[in-house]
Amino acid sequence: MTKLECKQIFAMLSEYLDRELPADLCQTIDAHIASCPPCVEFVKSLEKTVAYCRGAGTSSDGPHPLSAANLEELRQAYERSAPVLIKNRPAAS
Amino acid sequence: MSKGTEEVELAKRLMSGDSSAFEPFVTLFQHKLFHYSFLTCGQREDAEEVAQETLLKVFESLHTLREPERVRSWIYTIARNVCYMKRRKSIFAPEEEISLDQVMPSFRQDGSERKLEIADWSSLPDAQAMNSELRQTLQRAIHSLPDIYRSVLMLRDVEELTTEETADILGVSTDVIKTRLHRARLAVRQKLDQELTTAGVAS
Repeated sequence: MTKLECKQIFAMLSEYLDRELPADLCQTIDAHIASCPPCVEFVKSLEKTVAYCRGAGTSSDGPHPLSAANLEELRQAYERSAPVLIKNRPAAS
Repeated sequence: MSKGTEEVELAKRLMSGDSSAFEPFVTLFQHKLFHYSFLTCGQREDAEEVAQETLLKVFESLHTLREPERVRSWIYTIARNVCYMKRRKSIFAPEEEISLDQVMPSFRQDGSERKLEIADWSSLPDAQAMNSELRQTLQRAIHSLPDIYRSVLMLRDVEELTTEETADILGVSTDVIKTRLHRARLAVRQKLDQELTTAGVAS
């Protein structure tokens, strides 16, 4: 594999971080990053961005608990579906 | 345990008529759907309604879910449609594209050294210690993405669905998902970088 430029690395970084690249390409990128401070800096900022996004869905600032009326509405919908579900259930289960 | 196992187990129990799975299923998805809708619609007040409407549709049409293994992509497909109805905007409306050049950092020559034009990220806390200001900046950054990018980032990174599940929900190839995810992440990274440079969200 030929030597890669920083910008070529930047273009593949998500697949690199998600471990979706072929092993030889990962090794080429590892080797480049090991001796390239700007790439290290950039990889860290992207890794942190991804970690923040993963945290965005689990804040303590969640929804209010469902009201009794809302929960009842859902339960009734489930109970209406249940007979069809049970009828369709595969015999083996 | 692989991602989504809990959801699949609960779905299987519900589908076999085991009503003791009802409350855990509702609680789990109410939270997930609330965060998903909040970041997609951008309106906190709409998000609880979207979660409720989605769950209602889920229970009304649970018998149409043939494979419980696909419960996550099935539910997020419904949520996506409910969100769009709320925003009264077509899923098929033309969308702005993000080019790689727009979201890549530039280099400058500093004497003999090539330096990257990015902020100092070392001052930012770890994800577990995100403060409310940083969280709001992140929410704004995600919300300002064009929809085709935001929807991928929401499903892959925020909800942590797989590339295949995301492709299934959005009806595009896994390669398109990977390309859009990368650009979405770069765009969010760039917005955080800009905030860091101008306002100092770390403090």
